[in-house]
Amino acid sequence: MKPAAFEYLAPTTTEEALARLAEHGWAAKVLAGGQSLVPMMNFRLAQPSVLVDINRIADLAYIEPARDGGVRIGAMTRQAQVERDPTVASRLPMIHEAMPKIAYPAVRSRGTIGGTIAHADPSAELVGASVALRARFRIGSRDRGERWVPAEEFFVGLFTTALEPDELLLEVHVPPMPAHSGWAFLEVARRHHDFALVGVAAVAALDSKGRSDGTRLVFFSVGEGPVEAHAAAAVLQGQVPTPEVIREAAETAGDADVDPQSDINASAAYRRHLVKVLGQRALAQAFLRAQGG
Amino acid sequence: MTQKHVGRRMTRTEDPRLLTGQALFVDDVQMPGMLHAAFLRSDYAHARLVSIDVSAARERPGVVAVFTAEDMGDDWKHGPPLVSPPPTVEDIVFHSRTHVPLVKDKVRHAGEPLAIVIAESRYIAEDAVEDIWVELEPLEAVVDLEKALDPGAPLVHDDLESNLAAHLVQEKGDYEAAKAQADLVVKRRIYIDRGAAGAMENRGIVAHWDVRAQQLTLWDTTQAPIPIRNGLAAMFGLSSHQVRVIAPFVGGGFGPKIMMYYPEEVLLTWATLKMGRPIKWIEDRRENFFATTQERTQVHYGEMALTKEGRILGVRHDFLHDTGAYDPYGLTVPLNTQSHAMGAYDVPNYSSELKVVFTNKTIVTPVRGAGRPQGIFLAERLLDIAARELGIDRLEIRKKNLIPPDAFPYEHKIIDQAFAPLVFDSGNYLATLERAAAAIGYEKFIAEEQPRLRAEGKHVGLGIVSFVETTGVGPYEGARVTVETDGRVSVATGVGTQGQGHFTSFAQIVADQLGISPRDVRMVTGDTAEFHWGTGTFASRGSVVAANAINAAALSVRNKVLKLASKILETPEEELELADGQVRVADLPHRAIELGELAAMANPLRGAVEPGTEPGLESTDYFGPKYGATANGAHAMILEVDPETMMIEIKRYVTVEDCGTVLNPLILEGQIHGGVALGIANSYYEQLVFDENGQLLNASLADYLIPSATEIPPIEVLHEETRSPLNPLGSKGAGEAGTIPVPSLFAQALEDALQDYGLEILEMPMSPNRLFELLHEESKTP
Repeated sequence: MKPAAFEYLAPTTTEEALARLAEHGWAAKVLAGGQSLVPMMNFRLAQPSVLVDINRIADLAYIEPARDGGVRIGAMTRQAQVERDPTVASRLPMIHEAMPKIAYPAVRSRGTIGGTIAHADPSAELVGASVALRARFRIGSRDRGERWVPAEEFFVGLFTTALEPDELLLEVHVPPMPAHSGWAFLEVARRHHDFALVGVAAVAALDSKGRSDGTRLVFFSVGEGPVEAHAAAAVLQGQVPTPEVIREAAETAGDADVDPQSDINASAAYRRHLVKVLGQRALAQAFLRAQGG
Repeated sequence: MTQKHVGRRMTRTEDPRLLTGQALFVDDVQMPGMLHAAFLRSDYAHARLVSIDVSAARERPGVVAVFTAEDMGDDWKHGPPLVSPPPTVEDIVFHSRTHVPLVKDKVRHAGEPLAIVIAESRYIAEDAVEDIWVELEPLEAVVDLEKALDPGAPLVHDDLESNLAAHLVQEKGDYEAAKAQADLVVKRRIYIDRGAAGAMENRGIVAHWDVRAQQLTLWDTTQAPIPIRNGLAAMFGLSSHQVRVIAPFVGGGFGPKIMMYYPEEVLLTWATLKMGRPIKWIEDRRENFFATTQERTQVHYGEMALTKEGRILGVRHDFLHDTGAYDPYGLTVPLNTQSHAMGAYDVPNYSSELKVVFTNKTIVTPVRGAGRPQGIFLAERLLDIAARELGIDRLEIRKKNLIPPDAFPYEHKIIDQAFAPLVFDSGNYLATLERAAAAIGYEKFIAEEQPRLRAEGKHVGLGIVSFVETTGVGPYEGARVTVETDGRVSVATGVGTQGQGHFTSFAQIVADQLGISPRDVRMVTGDTAEFHWGTGTFASRGSVVAANAINAAALSVRNKVLKLASKILETPEEELELADGQVRVADLPHRAIELGELAAMANPLRGAVEPGTEPGLESTDYFGPKYGATANGAHAMILEVDPETMMIEIKRYVTVEDCGTVLNPLILEGQIHGGVALGIANSYYEQLVFDENGQLLNASLADYLIPSATEIPPIEVLHEETRSPLNPLGSKGAGEAGTIPVPSLFAQALEDALQDYGLEILEMPMSPNRLFELLHEESKTP
C-alpha cells in the first residue's frame, strides 16, 4: 500500500496554490488534511501526478463570526478546531453536534473543513449539514478570481463538486439559523466513528402561527450526494407539525425523496426504512426545539 | 515455595519498553543493503494461470529480482502439512492438499501469490508489481459451503472427485437410542460465518543469509519460531544450528501467525539464500485480508434430545466446516468444535458427523476461539430453545445439566485436537454460573427490571451462558533459568510472545522460586538462539505448558542454590530460605549470601569442580502435560436493542472465569477483555463478505468493522479458582475464554430483548442489516 509516484508541491500562499492548480489542472490534486486522499493514494485508487499541499498556507485557517450572525470558516481549519470553537457552538449548534460524529479524534485533528466539503463524500456529515444549513462556499481561481457557490449547487454527484480543476475552496460561510427554528442531526452508524448507514440534518422553521414554513430535511449516505427531501418538505409546508404530519412527511421522504443503493452494510430496503425512522425522529426533535422545547 | 508474586496484580514489566517505542518489532529491523519485497497476488479466486510475463518489471530501475513459480525450479514444492489427521479414528477420510509458494497452474483463492518482486524500496517493488503482465482464465468459484458438495460443483482441487477434504464421525454412547426415549427433540440449522483475526500488526519477515557466517537469520512475526526454524532448515538443507528464527515483540497473534509455512516465509528464505542480501517484507492491511488465515464458517444441522424435566439425553450434529483452498492445519478447528458441542454439560450420548470442505477462499486455521465458539453456540442455542419449549427457566435448565463438581475427571469418549481422549480435568461449573447470575442480578432483572423497562417501551434483554475452554495441550515446552553474577536471573523459553504479558507472569513464577523481585528477571521468548526446543504459543497453552516448564527449571535452580549455599553457610538445606535476592539461614538472617555471589562461586576460575556437578546456577527443564487442562466460565450481559434502527447497546457485561491458578489477575483481565471484544465483534460487527465469485468485498479496515473502545462496554471480570491437577502450578489457559461464549450469549440476550417478535437467532454474526431482514422482511437463508 504505497502510492504511485507523484510530484509534490507545497505553496505557502493562496496565490501560489492557485497558480500551481492553473498550471497542472486535472493532473493535480489538492492535499488538505489527507484523511481521505492519502488512503486512496495508498490503495492506488487515486494516482494524481501532482500533489498540491496547501497545509502551509496559514491564512486559510480561521473561524470568524460573520456579520449576518453566521460563521465564516477558512477551508484549512482543522475539524477538531471547529468542534471546540465557542462561536460555532453558540451560532451553529448543528455543526457543533455533527463534528464529533466525523470519524475519530485523530482524524479530526488532521482533517479540515474544506477537505471534507471538497471531497464530497455522500456520507460525510458536513456535506449533509452544509446543505441543510444553506452554507455557501467561496472559491478562488487564478484566472477568474473568486465566486460564491451555495451548498445546494456545489455537490453535483459522487465525489464530484462544482469546483473546476484550477479552483480552490477557500471559505465556508454558514448563515445563522432562521427565526423560530430548531434543528436535529442524527445518524445510524455501525461503529461510532463510521460513516453513517443513514444520516439526517434537519432544520425546522415555523411561521408566526406555529406552522411549518421552509423546513429542510437533508439525508446523507443514501445517494450519490446529499439528498434534500423536497417531497417531505412539501408535506410539512403550512402544516402544524403534529406527530401525524411528521410521520407522513418522514414516510414521504423514505418513499419519494430517496433512492438508496444496497451495499454490504445495508440493503436499500433497510436504508429506506432508516430514512423514515430517522426522518421522523429528526423532525420531532427539530420542531420541539423550534417551539422552544 | 511461598507464593508471594504468583497471583499478584502486578503491572507488566514489558510495558515501559512497549509504551516508549523501545521494543523491537519486525519492521524495526534495518540492515545495510536490505531489499524489499512485494507480491503480485491474484485478483481472481479461482483461475487457471495461462501466462505470466515479468520482463517489464525486471527492467524497472531499482528492481533487483522478480521470481515466478517457474523460476524456483525444483525448489518449488507444496508446503508440508502442519498438522496431520488424527491417527486414532477409524474410517477417517482426509485429503491433504497444502499450499504452494507461488501459483504454478491454478489460483485457488483471491490473493494467492503469483510473483515476488524484490527491489531497493517497497515503493519501487509495488510499482514493478504493476508492470507484470499476467493472463488468468477465470473459473467458476466454489464459495457456498453447502453447494460446494453438490454433484457437478466446480473443483478446487482437480485431482479429487469432490470438494470434500475430510470426513470424520465421532460417537459417544448411543444417540439414536437416547433420542427414542426423549420427550423433546429440538432440531435447528445453525450458521456461523467467517472473520479475520485482525491483529494490530500484520505479518512481517526479514530474512538474511549471511554468506560468510553461513548463517540464516529470520525475524518473523510467527507464534512458533522453533518449528519454523526446524522446518526451514530441513527445507533448504541447512543444519538447524545454522538457522536462527527470532520472533521479537509481535503486535497480536490470535492464531493465524502460527500457520506454517506461509508462502512468504518460504519465499523470502529461498530468495535471500539465492541473493545473499537481507530482504524485508511487511504485509500490508489489504494483503492481510487475503493472505493471512481466517476462520469460523460452519453449517450445523444440530439436534438435542431431552427429557421433559430438561435433562439432556444427547446431542447430535452433522456439520460442514470450511477449510478454504487448502487444509495444512488438518482437523484442529473442527475437532475443537466437537470437543465443545456438548458445552459444559453432562451429555451421555453424542453423535457428530463432520465434513470438511474445500472452497475458493483464504486458508482456514485457528483464530482465537478456534472452533470452540461454534461448538458452544450449538450447545447453548439448542438448550435455550429446548428450555423455551419445555417452559423451563434458562438458568435452571443449565444448572440441571452442568457437569457436577464430583464428576471430574469427566471423560467424553471422543478425541480432541491433540488426538487424545477428551477429558475435562477439574472444575466447579455450577459455582461459576451461579456467581455470574448473582453478579448480573438475574432474578431481579427478570422479576422487576425487565418488566419495568418493557413498560417504558425499551427492548432490554439478558443473556447468561456457560462454557468450557480446552487449553494447555502438549506436547511440551522448555525453559532455561540462569542466575547471573549480579543476582539477576535470565530466563529463556521457546514460545513467542504477542502481547500476553509473558515477561511478567513468567517472571512472577521465577521470582517466587528464587526469592527475587520479578523486575530482576530478564525474559527472552521466541529466539531460537536462546532456546531451541519447543512448539509455540497457541491453544491457550502459554500459562500452562511454558509456565510449568519455567517453574520446573526455576525449581531445579532453586535446588542447586540450596545445595551450594548449604555447603557455604554450613547449614542444612531445610534451614535455608531464599528471599530478597539472598539465601539465608531462616532463624539467623544475618547469615546470608547474595544470589549473585553464589552464582560466581558456582563458576570458579580456579580450583576443582566436583565430578557430577555442573557449573553455574543454571537449569533447563521441560513440561509436558498428560492431556489438556479445561477451563470453564460463565458470561452474562444485559443488552438494549432499538428495533427501529437495529442498533444495540450492551448495558452490562459480566464474566466469571475459572482458569485454575491465576498467575496475574491484571494480565488475565486484559486477556478476558480482549477476548470478549473479539466475541462481540464476531457477534455483531466483523464478517468477511464474499461475492459469488469469491471476491472479498470488505478488504479494508474502513469496511471490515473491527469494534473499537467506543463499542466495547466495561467488562466486569470475576474469578473462581479450581486448580488443574495436571500440572504443579495448577494453571489452565485463558487466552480464548473471553471469545468463546459471546456469540451464544449475544444471541440469547437479543432474543430476550426482542421477545415480542418471537425471533430465533441461529446464525452469527447478526449484523443490523441481517436483523432488519429477520424483523421486517421475509427471512433469507444466510
